[in-house]
Amino acid sequence: MMRSRRRPSFTTVMLVLGLLFLYLPMVVLVVYSFNESRLVTVWAGFSTQWYGELFRDQQILSAVWTSLEIAFFAASMAVCLGTVAAFVMTRYGHFRGKTALSSMVTAPLVMPEVITGLSLLLLFVQMAQLIGWPADRGMATIWIAHTTFCSAYVAVVVAARLREVDRSIEEAAMDLGSPPVKTFFFVTLPVISPALAAGWLLAFTLSLDDLVIASFVSGPGANTLPMVVFSSVRMGVSPKINALATLIILTVALATLLAWYFMRRSEAKRLAAIQQGEGA
Amino acid sequence: MMPSRIAGVIKRMHLGRRAVIAFPLVWLTLFFLLPFALVLKISLSESAIAIPPYGPLVEYADQTLNIFLNLGNYLFLLSDSLYVAAYWGSIKTAFVATSVCLLIGYPMAYAMARAPGRWQLVLLLLVMLPSWTSFLIRVYAWMGILSNSGLINNLLLGLGVIDSPLRMMNTQFSVIVGIVYAYLPFMVLPLYAHLTRLDNSLLEAASDLGSRKINTFLKVTLPLSMGGIIAGSMLVFIPAVGEFVIPELLGGPDTLMIGKVLWEEFFLNRDWPVASALAMVMLLLLLIPIVWFHRYQSRELEE
Repeated sequence: MMRSRRRPSFTTVMLVLGLLFLYLPMVVLVVYSFNESRLVTVWAGFSTQWYGELFRDQQILSAVWTSLEIAFFAASMAVCLGTVAAFVMTRYGHFRGKTALSSMVTAPLVMPEVITGLSLLLLFVQMAQLIGWPADRGMATIWIAHTTFCSAYVAVVVAARLREVDRSIEEAAMDLGSPPVKTFFFVTLPVISPALAAGWLLAFTLSLDDLVIASFVSGPGANTLPMVVFSSVRMGVSPKINALATLIILTVALATLLAWYFMRRSEAKRLAAIQQGEGA
Repeated sequence: MMPSRIAGVIKRMHLGRRAVIAFPLVWLTLFFLLPFALVLKISLSESAIAIPPYGPLVEYADQTLNIFLNLGNYLFLLSDSLYVAAYWGSIKTAFVATSVCLLIGYPMAYAMARAPGRWQLVLLLLVMLPSWTSFLIRVYAWMGILSNSGLINNLLLGLGVIDSPLRMMNTQFSVIVGIVYAYLPFMVLPLYAHLTRLDNSLLEAASDLGSRKINTFLKVTLPLSMGGIIAGSMLVFIPAVGEFVIPELLGGPDTLMIGKVLWEEFFLNRDWPVASALAMVMLLLLLIPIVWFHRYQSRELEE
């Protein structure tokens, strides 16, 4: 047939090339994590020794734990803060301070990290001088910094969902005498829960990934994973970091696969429900 | 219900409403807005050997109030050509990288939006997945690929295409590759969001009326996806101007960028006032793009 022999369009070719561009460097990282040689660029045979070294590296292991802890709490707080901000902006009509709030929600999305990091550090220093807290910078200050910039991302994700949701259900609940708080927790929240999950995951990965802001607001006590990786990578290429990279890529790929599976299943269910409804 | 009780309920609702508004407003004012005021304040103070390393702006001594407003840090930035060159280098690099991202990202987003429905989610996840891994590690990957003894040079030397390794690492080229690689997903995402919303009947109408493909693209598709182009470009350009990790790991002596200069001024020279002045000027330069992005984004948020 003519159709099957048709030349693929320019945009399709660009999409394939673009995806290759995105994935080839990651493939290279993974392949060289199994290289026996310390020189990452020379292939000297298959080996898993770098994984062994990675798991014996106490500094990296404790940094992983620190980062996970901060990311968990920052993502959780960011979901609370971001959801309230999104709700206020999409449901509250006009109020005093709306422009200020919407500016402060969108600006962190693009603010260069060095500016955010520097400005928060100066705040913490000033606070320590005035009220004596935080006396030591560390996990608490990183948590505040991460919560602040992650909540902006959560707000955008949740606001997008809130705009899609049919408001008449919320209005019906209120008309039937449900107080606003109850309506929010029993009507709105269940409907937007996929967006909350997506926002939490996004905030979690953003917090895990941040190097610059954490470097500014951290003290001598707390070293996050990116900070440890950065000081090692600065010295040059190291196969141990390749092993770490492989594990990170594997984890994210598995999580994405899982998310895709569930999204597809819920979509299939929805379609089946629609078809059933049509048949009846 | 008695009027006073209704008034009470309404009053309580207003109080609740205010509390709900106040929660994000207060948090962001305290941890986002106020810090900028402090950057401004410290950029006007004098560097001092103390902890923290800057002098006071207001001092009350001998029953007189002294206010020190010191523009010296800003004048210092102007007088040293290093800083001007770093600002210019950042803007130039970010601009080139943003343009390359747009040129690669637009056709990608277009193909995704035109793909069969069941493919779209897979493609979207494939484009976004790298950005969920680790920024640092994705930049690091290029160190092994571009260096003199790196993958590309080994490959080309092995094939006999070149005799001596090409110098790609620590150049303008490697920095731009790094930025394009790291930020490409953020360009594709908003473009895709706009292109899927594009009404197909408009394109059909154009072609029914005899418009040629290129003409339809320029007169229909492109203007309707302008919002995505602006959002994507700003999501790449603004953070790229202040980028630190990429010039630090992939750049060299001839790739001066302001994020790196600020970092060094702060961490190596411990000159907080000059670092603050650098941040203020960067913010000023980025004010127009940030406002542009905000206006577009708030329309999206509020509708």
